[in-house]
Amino acid sequence: MIIIEDVHFSYDGLYTALRGVSLQIDDGESLAIMGTNGAGKTTLVKHFNGLLRPQSGRVILNGADTKDFSIAEIAREVGLVMQNPDHQLFLDTVEKEIVFGLKNLGFTEEEATERCSRTITSLGLEGLAQRSPFALSGGERKRVALASVLATEPRVVVLDEPTIGQDACQKQRLAEMLESLNERGRTVVVVTHDIEFVIEHLPRTVAMANGTIVADGQTNKVLSNDEILECCSLTPPQLTQAARSLHEEFPTFPERLTLLSEVESEVLRILGGENSVIP
Amino acid sequence: MPLVEFQDFSFKYYGADSLALKKVTLAIDEGEYVVITGPSGCGKTTLCRAINGLIPQFHRGYIAGNVVVNGMNTREHEVAEFATTAGLVFQQPENQLVTLNVEKEIAFGPENLGVEPAEVRRRVEELIDLLDIEHLRDKHPHEMSGGEQQRVAIAATLALKPKILIADEPTSNLDPKSAETILEIISSLNRRGMTVAIVEHRLDLVAKDASRIIVMDQGSVVADGRPREVLVDDICEEIGVGIPKATLIYKRLAAKKVRLSGVPLSGDELASLVKESGST
Repeated sequence: MIIIEDVHFSYDGLYTALRGVSLQIDDGESLAIMGTNGAGKTTLVKHFNGLLRPQSGRVILNGADTKDFSIAEIAREVGLVMQNPDHQLFLDTVEKEIVFGLKNLGFTEEEATERCSRTITSLGLEGLAQRSPFALSGGERKRVALASVLATEPRVVVLDEPTIGQDACQKQRLAEMLESLNERGRTVVVVTHDIEFVIEHLPRTVAMANGTIVADGQTNKVLSNDEILECCSLTPPQLTQAARSLHEEFPTFPERLTLLSEVESEVLRILGGENSVIP
Repeated sequence: MPLVEFQDFSFKYYGADSLALKKVTLAIDEGEYVVITGPSGCGKTTLCRAINGLIPQFHRGYIAGNVVVNGMNTREHEVAEFATTAGLVFQQPENQLVTLNVEKEIAFGPENLGVEPAEVRRRVEELIDLLDIEHLRDKHPHEMSGGEQQRVAIAATLALKPKILIADEPTSNLDPKSAETILEIISSLNRRGMTVAIVEHRLDLVAKDASRIIVMDQGSVVADGRPREVLVDDICEEIGVGIPKATLIYKRLAAKKVRLSGVPLSGDELASLVKESGST
């Protein structure tokens, strides 16, 4: 469990990136942190693994104040994948990159190799194991960075903008991998602007603006509140926009539909398509 | 003559075991707004690098065929010679920011090309205004969020007054509102005559502005045409291109023999088409 208590942080003493953030994340939760560029999302998650230390307030990990622990000690518990993969990749093959973290955390050679190959398959990096990460595309490098952390299966996985540069198939794979980690009791925290990904895959959403948390709750509630969307510079997804407009014309059309399958069946119902029989 | 012409062009990075581009032939005319999309690793970034001469001048490797940009063959001219023709905004903005504050960053390119100080000054002010980055003027790029850095990177690229703006996923680090702002800026540049080639996965945001979408897969162009034609092509779903959700609904309805009278690219377009069909 992570407890953030009234954390303040400023990089330069002039601009305050976090102004009194409090947040509790229970074991096994799966949540999104959303908000404008510069809202403090990345600054907040860098406190989870000790990369940044609060200037006031506390970060408590599994009951202990993180100020008493080194980053290396926290790394066993909290794995962070940074927004820019180039900040964390440094070895000359994809395989070495993934195995590096595993060995550092004390996994045996055999175990490390096994986990490495499993993660490579889960994230669609087959065929790239012996390539240099720096010869790969942006989206592929991002997945190597994800793999290097996900392979260690830390108790808490924190991903900063994991869907950047990923096509629809890769996003689906990532979602499945996060789901499976979650099912095995891991906590998953995703910083993202990808509202469609959040709606489909993350049940809780924390919305940030100007260094504070402006909303925290069930994703479908937080993200259907126009004020919060506005505050976080989010725009409603296409299907929400369509649903709102259709609700005006056809009062029976539910206003708050966001999932593709729901919108499809409602449109079919209105247009009297072949599968439109209402049970 | 097209502004950019790929003539049966293939490229393999030094040390790689497969081709990043395979016999690509395509032409981009002045004034076009081209979206390049396709699965991760399909060659989109390589295509961008081949337009401004980074390939083959900086990234070495095996090459076949030619790329001719503004009448210059990229085999025969230095990257610097393409600087005022083809402006490339990278995927990771911080990989291209080199100075200590925004003013210097925007001035860096034109100063290097020997542009008059007064003109450099003018361009800096114009671009700070255009990209709405006054509040960042004295900030160090490393103190900015990814989205802020991207705006600065675009300003610095435009300072060279290129004929074609090539943007490699320029909105991927941006929140949706900032992404819309950037895309609106790019689209208004296009309306004023700037040729645009943009790599983008989020087709829901760009399809409405684009005059053309090029879909790539494994180094080849697999579809090329108007957005409303390309996005309903089954190839998009087969290779994992995330078509706009409104367009996806159109396709799913069509599969169930429910035809809307047009292909929607946005939520509002979908709603109007459904209303139209529902009232007849």
